[in-house]
Amino acid sequence: MSAIEKVLIARDKDRPKITDYIDNLFTDFFEQKGDFLGKEDGSIYGGIARFHGRPVTVLGHRKGKTVEENMACNFGMPGPEGYRKALRIMKQAEKFNRPIITFVDTPGAYPGLEAEMYGQAQAIAANLAEMSALKVPVISIVTGEGSSGGALGIAVANKVYMLENAIYSVLSPEGFASILWHDSARRDEAAEVMKLTAKDLYGFGVIDGIISEADLMAAVDTKIKSALKELDKLSGQELADARYDKFRYFDEALLATENQKEMEVV
Amino acid sequence: MTSIVDRRKSKFNRYKDLRENPTELLEPAIKPVKEYDAFDRIEDITDEGTFEQFDFDFPETNPLDFDGYVEKKENLRDENGCHDAIITGTCEIDGWPTVIAVMNKKFMMASMGMELGETFCKALEYANENHLPFIIFTASGGARMQEGILSLMQMAKTSAVVKRFKDDGGLYITVLTHPTTGGVSASFATLGDITLAEPKALIGFAGPRVIEQTIGQKLPEGFQRAEFLQEHGFVDKIVRREDMKEQLAKLLRLHGNVYSRR
Repeated sequence: MSAIEKVLIARDKDRPKITDYIDNLFTDFFEQKGDFLGKEDGSIYGGIARFHGRPVTVLGHRKGKTVEENMACNFGMPGPEGYRKALRIMKQAEKFNRPIITFVDTPGAYPGLEAEMYGQAQAIAANLAEMSALKVPVISIVTGEGSSGGALGIAVANKVYMLENAIYSVLSPEGFASILWHDSARRDEAAEVMKLTAKDLYGFGVIDGIISEADLMAAVDTKIKSALKELDKLSGQELADARYDKFRYFDEALLATENQKEMEVV
Repeated sequence: MTSIVDRRKSKFNRYKDLRENPTELLEPAIKPVKEYDAFDRIEDITDEGTFEQFDFDFPETNPLDFDGYVEKKENLRDENGCHDAIITGTCEIDGWPTVIAVMNKKFMMASMGMELGETFCKALEYANENHLPFIIFTASGGARMQEGILSLMQMAKTSAVVKRFKDDGGLYITVLTHPTTGGVSASFATLGDITLAEPKALIGFAGPRVIEQTIGQKLPEGFQRAEFLQEHGFVDKIVRREDMKEQLAKLLRLHGNVYSRR
């Protein structure tokens, strides 16, 4: 399958959405709204729930399923209030020692007037910084489009997985083609060049695993269970340190000079 | 590589020029980039003869095997006298030992790839280990597209290192210069303990053109400029270039040895 075919599958409006994952894999969901700084953002959906009986905080991008929902959720493109809401409930999860599970599916953070006015850049940066030090397990699953800082803003996790047909990239292929070749029509070619499929990212060491979509809900359930089992062995500080090291050194091998590589062998 | 000292020798007194042409003082953000580069900045901010550049060793990186990327970097290195779009080192500012980082927008609009991200982190870690304050002058078009997902991940990497530095008691000052956008604005640029900006600098997550296309209308005058950001609560102080050193020195004095209070 070509990269652009993956992109189109990842964007398919009939693909399972965060509400499906919450309905199927969690019980007792209690939605939390608002950033408590003056705004609510429907494009981030989350709250407290149970995963196999255990209280967790679950959140993710919400694109919506109907046109009305799409509009209400701004097609899954959060503003700063969305990132601040996400951070608020993640910090609360840390306080009550609940693992955090995030579902990533966004065309990107919203490039709008108000979003800029209220600090889109600062809100995303704050999430990246704060998530890196959370003292509870954090698991992220890219289920559809993981596009740009808007995706990463809720994906600084101990374990990052992608569904086999999900994509994760620095920008949309259209945007990439537009910036580098001044021609957004070359998106198919861009998708290929960008290396944005689950297999590509696993190859780069940016993600920890690929989830098969054959029996999707069961596969996601199994993956979260096994990740939690592994992470539960670590203390809060160890979880924060492991996450820090993961993001600090993920590209270490790519940045090692031949000299440094030789020294390690010796 | 041209050393700072060589470059300094080759230049005449720029401030004299500025005094003779005061409109430049008012709008430094929109001055053509060739007139004021990263090395000029270092020369202006640091005490004479105190800047020592870090020289980290990096292999050539081209993770996507992107056509022409390596050649482009090679040419820019010769032109700009730096290995990638960031220059870091130790210096003194009014006698205060400091680690300083300056982004060089003449190098691929100072977009952030692996080498830039790693250089930033190593410089900041040096500051942490040696209990020094850290000042960065940001300017960037955002993520380095040619490095794909690996450039995106630099946002998480640099933000994590900033968080650790600040939690360890370090003083982290950012000076946002024209333009600071995209992945750099949404990571280490907006995490300062103290955030300064130059007048009229464009600062934002999305570029103005993208926003106009999205909302289908013209943006208001001054949108995403430093003054606009300050009005909305994201900039401590707007500082003109000729006052920059004095203001930074004042901040360093006010914080003193911050680590002693840990």
